Amino acid sequence: MIPGQFEYHAPSTVGEAIALLGQYGDEAKILAGGHSLLPMMKLRFAEPEHLVDINRIDGLRGIRDDGDTLHIGAMTTENELIASPLLREKCPLLALAAEWIADPQVRNCGTLGGDIAHGDPGNDHPAVILALEADLLIQGTEGERTVPAGDFYLGTYFTQLEPGEILTGIRVPVSPPGSGCAYSKLKRKTGDFATAAAAVQLQLEGGVCRKAGIGLTNVGPTALKAADAEASLTGQHIDEALIERAAELAMAICDPVEDLRGDREYKTHMAGEMTRRAIRQALQHAGGR
Amino acid sequence: MAKQAISFTLNGSPVDVLAEPRQLLVHVLREQLGQTGTHIGCETSHCGACTVDLNGRSVKSCTVLAVQAEGGEVVTVEGLATNGELHPLQNAFLQDHGLQCGYCTPGMLVRAFRFLQENPDPTDEEIRMGMSGNLCRCTGYQNIVKAVRNAAAEMRTKSESPTVEEA
Repeated sequence: MIPGQFEYHAPSTVGEAIALLGQYGDEAKILAGGHSLLPMMKLRFAEPEHLVDINRIDGLRGIRDDGDTLHIGAMTTENELIASPLLREKCPLLALAAEWIADPQVRNCGTLGGDIAHGDPGNDHPAVILALEADLLIQGTEGERTVPAGDFYLGTYFTQLEPGEILTGIRVPVSPPGSGCAYSKLKRKTGDFATAAAAVQLQLEGGVCRKAGIGLTNVGPTALKAADAEASLTGQHIDEALIERAAELAMAICDPVEDLRGDREYKTHMAGEMTRRAIRQALQHAGGR
Repeated sequence: MAKQAISFTLNGSPVDVLAEPRQLLVHVLREQLGQTGTHIGCETSHCGACTVDLNGRSVKSCTVLAVQAEGGEVVTVEGLATNGELHPLQNAFLQDHGLQCGYCTPGMLVRAFRFLQENPDPTDEEIRMGMSGNLCRCTGYQNIVKAVRNAAAEMRTKSESPTVEEA
């Protein structure tokens, strides 16, 4: 299988990339890690006339400590997230989730930004950035703008990104002391998308949950922010009854599509179970610090 | 679409090739550079048969464009043996019967080659995780894990061996 014909561009700066995108408009697609786009091009689900490969833009890679927040370049690969001591210390949820993505070879190519911008509800980082309330940093011909993760996803493969814009990175809050997090994912085998998965970020103070972030993967048209489940934990001393309540509230917003991974009822139940497990693990993680 | 000139290092030697941007690295390696050791399996980045080393990282060459190798360093299974001496991994796969039909083997070897540089003394669990992007439909994996484990031991005891490249 070989993609259709296209003209290839490999800019070395964001400015050059944006100029190319401005020139070619919706005839152009951005090539990041390529493990979603190239398979779609082989199947002719995508047939861009111009491919703008942003792999040679060094400025889009790496993780920077900005004090209360971390800046993570969009072209940072999954394996770079996993290997980053800075991320493990300051915002481990992103690295924990990346470990569950695909396999070692794919994680060498696949990028944080590609995973977020593709808009596939089966990708893992969208639920994570919803749980973390990350900001997405976008540059385009009109300048720069910042979009909260919660506003980014409009539908399956449909995001706030306009033609001519690039997601250059994300900004995530550094997890305060007493935080715990977990990503719990059910998948049939290595390389598969989640049947269901839950990302949980908790901030605890004296045993009381000050802030809860919960995102769900692959159980709706987009990744879902389980706001009611989050609210049910906030201000509470989390016990098993509250975990059960949060799982039920998370299940209540699920709207999965039936496929080979299971029917709607099964996937919804698995989303609940992943939520329970992730909350328990996040509590354990917070206590173990 | 016009072909582009691409230059990269293949198994230590510089190569120049003309390819269309849409051509995948695995096709250019096999069909234009005659290096047919790298196999095409699923063509959907699942099976790992097409694994090569690109700039010191394992990648699936069915999901990398050949133009993306421009200026890079590529190692394929043909690059593992040195001066006619099999790489310790190749010896271990031979000794431990780490293959049956052999179709996945080039990808297994090239992935293990990089994995053992990332982790020279892995546990069996780490080997399984490190090799999880490579599928084998014959062996049940037991002998592949054993071969990688034994090759790792061999390479540690002979760490000055010239067959272990610094790639």
